[in-house]
Amino acid sequence: MTATMDPAAKQTSPRLDSKVPQGDITNLWENHKFSMNLVNPNNKRKFSVIVVGTGLAGASAAATLAELGYKVKAFTFHDSPRRAHSIAAQGGINGAKNYQNDGDSVYRLFYDTVKGGDYRSREANVHRLAEVSVNIIDQATAQGVPFARDYGGLLDNRSFGGAQVSRTFYARGQTGQQLLLGAYSALNRQIENGGVEMHNRKEMLDLVTKDGETAGIITRDLLTGEVESHSAHAVVLATGGYGNVYYLSTNAMMCNATAAWRAHRKGAFFANPCYTQIHPTCIPASADHQSKLTLMSESLRNDGRIWVPTAFDDNRLAADIPEGERDYYLERKYPAFGNLVPRDVASRNAKTVVDEGRGVGPLKNGVFLDFADAIARDGMETIKAKYGNLFDIYANITGEDPYQRPMRIYPATHYTMGGLWVDYHLMTTIPGTYAIGEANFSDHGANRLGASALMQGLADGYFVLPYTIGDHLAGKLGDAPVPTTDPVFQAAEAEVADRTNQWLSINGTESPEHYHRELGKIVWERIGMARDENGLQKAQDEIVSLEEEFKKNVRVMGDNTSMNTELEKVGRVADFFELAKLKARDALVRNESCGGHFRVESQTEEGEALRDDENFKHVAAWEWNGEGVDQTKHEEQLDFEYVKLSQRSYK
Amino acid sequence: MSETTINVTLEVWRQNGPADKGHFETYEARDISTDSSFLEMLDIVNEQLIKEEKVPVTFESDCREGICGTCSLMINGQAHGPNKGQATCQLHMRTFKNGDHITIEPFRAASFPVIKDLAISRAALDSIQHAGGYITVSTGSAPDANLTPVPKEAADVAMDAAACIGCGACVAACPNSAAQLFTSAKINHLNLLPQGQSERWKRVEAMVDTMEDFFGTCTNHGECHEACPKEISLDFIAFMNRDYVKAKIKNRKLAGQK
Amino acid sequence: MAQTLPGAASNLRDPQPIRTRKKPLPFPLNIWQSAVGRKWVMAVTGVGLLGFVLAHMIGNFHVFEGPAELHEYAEALRGLGGGIIPRLWLLWVLRLGLIAMFGLHIAAAYTTKEISRKASDNAGFISGAKSYPGGSDYVAANYASRTMRWTGPIILLYLIFHLADLTWGWLPHTNYTKGDPFGNLSNSLSNIPVAAIYIVANVALALHIFHGTWSLFQSLGLNNPKYNQARRGLAAGLAGVILLGNLTFPILTQAGVIDNADNPCASETTEEGAVHCFEEILEAEGE
Repeated sequence: MTATMDPAAKQTSPRLDSKVPQGDITNLWENHKFSMNLVNPNNKRKFSVIVVGTGLAGASAAATLAELGYKVKAFTFHDSPRRAHSIAAQGGINGAKNYQNDGDSVYRLFYDTVKGGDYRSREANVHRLAEVSVNIIDQATAQGVPFARDYGGLLDNRSFGGAQVSRTFYARGQTGQQLLLGAYSALNRQIENGGVEMHNRKEMLDLVTKDGETAGIITRDLLTGEVESHSAHAVVLATGGYGNVYYLSTNAMMCNATAAWRAHRKGAFFANPCYTQIHPTCIPASADHQSKLTLMSESLRNDGRIWVPTAFDDNRLAADIPEGERDYYLERKYPAFGNLVPRDVASRNAKTVVDEGRGVGPLKNGVFLDFADAIARDGMETIKAKYGNLFDIYANITGEDPYQRPMRIYPATHYTMGGLWVDYHLMTTIPGTYAIGEANFSDHGANRLGASALMQGLADGYFVLPYTIGDHLAGKLGDAPVPTTDPVFQAAEAEVADRTNQWLSINGTESPEHYHRELGKIVWERIGMARDENGLQKAQDEIVSLEEEFKKNVRVMGDNTSMNTELEKVGRVADFFELAKLKARDALVRNESCGGHFRVESQTEEGEALRDDENFKHVAAWEWNGEGVDQTKHEEQLDFEYVKLSQRSYK
Repeated sequence: MSETTINVTLEVWRQNGPADKGHFETYEARDISTDSSFLEMLDIVNEQLIKEEKVPVTFESDCREGICGTCSLMINGQAHGPNKGQATCQLHMRTFKNGDHITIEPFRAASFPVIKDLAISRAALDSIQHAGGYITVSTGSAPDANLTPVPKEAADVAMDAAACIGCGACVAACPNSAAQLFTSAKINHLNLLPQGQSERWKRVEAMVDTMEDFFGTCTNHGECHEACPKEISLDFIAFMNRDYVKAKIKNRKLAGQK
Repeated sequence: MAQTLPGAASNLRDPQPIRTRKKPLPFPLNIWQSAVGRKWVMAVTGVGLLGFVLAHMIGNFHVFEGPAELHEYAEALRGLGGGIIPRLWLLWVLRLGLIAMFGLHIAAAYTTKEISRKASDNAGFISGAKSYPGGSDYVAANYASRTMRWTGPIILLYLIFHLADLTWGWLPHTNYTKGDPFGNLSNSLSNIPVAAIYIVANVALALHIFHGTWSLFQSLGLNNPKYNQARRGLAAGLAGVILLGNLTFPILTQAGVIDNADNPCASETTEEGAVHCFEEILEAEGE
């Protein structure tokens, strides 16, 4: 959006053309679909598209592109597309169907998402997301996704994450798995009939460009170590978020940022890396060797009361702490919303009390989520019926019975709103390279609403990218993709092979896992729930020195000719180091609080996040300038024509 | 949480590639917190091996919350370990006692070749899915989601089948290396829903035939159900058998829907 | 897809089938082409064989009525369809049907076992089941289900023995006389080793029936979750009735309840003699 109403407003960098069409937002996408270039059905088979990642976004995109007739090569580093971490989403997927007749609409979902994102997302993208949300529900249902139904056989909805309407569709506690199985089934159909050439257990380790345009990718075969080139007219990155930069997160073990980061190093701008969503209700870590954190559904906060002891370093059991010595801090500070304050507020307050030394549990790293009152009020059976499944998960992991003693919870990294910068077409700053799903930055601003991640992944894959990619490809008719024999591929292959082999030759003393864990501690401590200038500067130094040590002292066992999970891991950790540095910098430069990014220096008197719209109503997109050189920041100014800027309040 | 630590002795299958013969090696896991998960215990053993400049044990896991189906392992002769309805990643060390011997092997079947150590290829399960594990509906051609009501009971049973995470424990636990539980779960998820009816007979034939290209035959032991982390019901196998022979009897070109 | 791993690596991504799919035959032969279909054949023939076992047992209870009544029953079998169909013809139709069922049942069992063996080739396949080098624990499989591949052959061997003994009369101790089933039976089962073989075989049969009855509903897809519990009961009941019923013969013979001394025609050594003897007795009883 280059045209701005306010002459004093800052200018968008000329490198960031968002390509948002002009017009009324309610029919912007409809009109734009008409005005984009089309590829004739008979010509589609002349275009090849590489899709990297086969989670919700990747699988849906690969399947849909193949249905349209494009030649698709899909890549996953898993053994099967069905293992992608989209599968772990529990809660549900939003769709502005208004089946419950409670006043929902496309516009309301749009409005809620922009507001929930704390005014740091692009209005046009968000409106499009809300529009296609209804098509996603139709598509998934037709594919056989077994959404919950009422007794009349129609689809059931629930209200989620504090939304005032019931627009969330769900399939028991495994909506993510069911939607992924739906997208995977569409992909299977295309694999079976030859539309998609599926490459599993191959990890993308570089993006190849020629003359500034996309040429293809370099992959490493995780079974043989073989480095291969794959060329195409376009590359779609659907490789997920970077939450594992924190080491401990609710992400899967293998989630990583390598594909996106490699694209960044080849010219794709990386936007808003400081935006991370911290989910308030996770099970706290139990020991140093904890490998990941498990999310407990947010719905628990509907009935559980959150508290910590009033006294510091209170070592008594919860049952021994009398009512008068308990601090129900959320109810105390936010009488109106109480325990149902938004995710970021709940998370930050938990951190505050734990930092004060009032944390609970053996490591003093949690707060209580107490169901005693709810059980007394509603009876054991009711609570069991509502949350039995979650209580079982908790009991299994901690060995404690949550019916008898309060649960312990603590926030954990859950989702990353930042990612590769994309325009309205979901194209990165490299022509021909697209980013979809969590890998891009586009729709959630500084904070994501519950049940919107699945929606965005599928919106991009099923209903946005398949249209917008044609606009780019139409202009390439008659051009063959760059052959893999081209020197750009040869050079990239050699570079990847060298980089991989070099890890084996360091032969230091500590494992990649060790460095990942240490990096995570810094990132969590300094760029976690609350950030300040001093800490962020320290973080940068600490990351740099740890990275130096890592590069000298990492020990990678095994070889490069057979499966070697250590070798896979070390490259990912190396990229996390670079990402962490940028994340610290982005957080430092964004001297305001917004959504998941809380700068201690920028808060209201009551301690709430205080935005600085004057200076930071923009997307920060970072340009790679080469090894050892700082990235350059570019700004895309954001306009809010429909959703008026306002300060959130939950008092 | 009563944090205690235990020592256990592991007999771990080591196999350097699919063509290698493989053997057991013994490792001591010391001072393992009973609150750690089984895979975290293996992480610790691996860290120790790296310290000793030995090649760590290759095993696969991803989500570690029991839904992605990446983890496997035969633990003391049982797929996903001793607890019912649980994947290996959810198994915690408090299940074991100090001094226990734990045997860890890969899932075995001819169509689950060992890649390395405990990592196996389960590509054959994907092949079954490719053969018919979908409803043909191209993006954009779906009618409104509430146009076809699905009886709640049918939706619930379909969901029971759809809960399968594709881990392959059923094949591993089966004395016949049969994949009936997996295949029937996948078939019934779609065959029980109105949306799946058009391709019902074609689907069951295609998927069963592909299953039989790779896996053994069912003798109704029920081991698969016991090993299944999602406790998929054996009834789905019966439903699949019924649909399969029905599909043979029907001339599906003429019979069409019913 | 290029593969450079040594040995069997090529099937890591593209799994190698354990058998080659044949061109589909016309219905109903195509049912036999699949293992699921063969299990269906096994279940259907199993039902037929179960019927035979029950009928055979009930028929043999005539032994408790007396030698002449048992003879009369045997004659009735031979004369099935009497008055319309020539003597023995219908019996032979039934016998051929029975032989065919046995044949199909065994062929299905053997071939599906071989498929399972092939499907387990990177583990051992010992005693008809995949076995892990580190050992494996059965959780659901019961003794009956695990021993199907043993009880089956035991029953087959016993069947041959049984026919040789009481139908073909090849075994000396029986002192076989055609037409005098009571004499044959009591002579045979009064021999302790024969009675022991009989008992062992019937225990095997009961185990086979216990799992088979439970299993056939599954193979035929006649399940209804409501009746799954009842299926166990049915399987146990059938196996129990058949075991108890069949064991009455050796046990009561050994106990002297069935005794050739009670057989008025025991002294006949030819078929004609025996038949004549029994007919006279029956005629006398009829009056």
